[in-house]
Amino acid sequence: MTVAIIDYRAGNLTSVKLAFDALGQKAEITDAPERILAADRVVFPGVGAAGAAMRHLQSLALAPVLREVVRRGTPFLGICLGTQIILEHSEEDGGVDTLGLVPGKVIRFMPTNPYDKVPHMGWNRVTLRQPHPLFDGVDEGTEFYFVHSYYPVPARPGDVLATTDYAGVGFAAALACDNLVATQFHPEKSGKAGLRLLENFCRWQPASKEQTC
Amino acid sequence: MLTRRIIPCLDIHNKVVTKGVRFQNNVVLGDPVEMAARYYEDGCDELVFYDITASAERRPIDIEMVTEVARAVRIPFAVGGGISSLGDMERVLLAGAEKVSVNSLAVRNPQIIADGARAFGAQCIVLGMDPVAVADRSRCPSGYEITVRGFREHTGMDALEWARRAVDLGAGEIVVNSVDADGTRSGFEIALTKLIADNVSVPVVASGGAGNPQHLVDVFIQAHADAAIIAGMIHKGDYTIGTIKTALVASGIPIRQHW
Repeated sequence: MTVAIIDYRAGNLTSVKLAFDALGQKAEITDAPERILAADRVVFPGVGAAGAAMRHLQSLALAPVLREVVRRGTPFLGICLGTQIILEHSEEDGGVDTLGLVPGKVIRFMPTNPYDKVPHMGWNRVTLRQPHPLFDGVDEGTEFYFVHSYYPVPARPGDVLATTDYAGVGFAAALACDNLVATQFHPEKSGKAGLRLLENFCRWQPASKEQTC
Repeated sequence: MLTRRIIPCLDIHNKVVTKGVRFQNNVVLGDPVEMAARYYEDGCDELVFYDITASAERRPIDIEMVTEVARAVRIPFAVGGGISSLGDMERVLLAGAEKVSVNSLAVRNPQIIADGARAFGAQCIVLGMDPVAVADRSRCPSGYEITVRGFREHTGMDALEWARRAVDLGAGEIVVNSVDADGTRSGFEIALTKLIADNVSVPVVASGGAGNPQHLVDVFIQAHADAAIIAGMIHKGDYTIGTIKTALVASGIPIRQHW
């Protein structure tokens, strides 16, 4: 089985690659459409700002490739900024239209308590809202590592896989829709629970062959 | 609820972990990668590595060691001490570190914070500062002055002003290392930590002085620190991450409990 980690110049992909290495799972960092389309699993990571990320995706002509991966039913994992830009719109950088693979938007934390710092940085509890193979063997309430200033707001409640409380909101910490799963936290930096999640992703066989969401 | 982070600090000197008091009299404690792996297994939330001599001796960061640590642990870690350029930041981040910490370099060239945040994201750029209490408030109204190069040089810069400026420039986190408390194991400098934590919008990490779990309880509750750096109290085996976390949980502090 092959895993393609999409390189679109949006931050550091070393940690993601090293996490798959630790699982003994072959993973390749690539920006080549044919490599991405040929992979059995696709990981779409990213840190940084939405505007620059979208510009890079466009200049690498990767947006249609991602759409095709999802349409074909290939298991697809978004991480952090990757998760945010699969939605339709982000408030970041004065407002950016993003990929729209899942309906919804991305908005900034607006804490009313001054001790709620932005970025939301550190380990926070993740509560599963529906059973999913991605979280097999992960204890309820396990903490994962977050670092972000904006958070996803999917339009359909059914796409919310897990939530986390911060700065007065219970935001979507993970999304799921057919063959697509996405986490706002960083499984690759979330210790053994994060590794378990990546391992589950590698084993996951989505029920539907074609993406309908 | 976001948990408070416990961050073991590993001071590296000639490829081994050392520990001193107020930046002096260092003793050898062990191998950095082995120690990192052990603290990771024990449940620490993050790690920080300082090549303490890099800044004083102007030596580059040991990238090979960064790579080895990145292979050994699956939690975030920061590297600081010898970063002298944007290129250094990039090398450290590409080797698998989550964050780079700048201290003396940012004092000499504050623009490096903005350049680093723009190139890699604010969350990657940590400002480390070594403030010392000063009696004369005419130069430093907050009562704390920034020192650099391992307390060897005073800068005349006010600690709070510098913290605010660094956040405006794009620092995503601030490590406040009290020169007065460093290595004493007699508790964090609460007033200093609170001063910075209450007046900047980004997370603040308390550093210097941790000697027992109660010191962490105090700095989280009284000083509002988002994270605390520990060193001697675990390096010498007096406490483990587990015993510290148990004490913090007993005091009602939100702590990561699954690892």
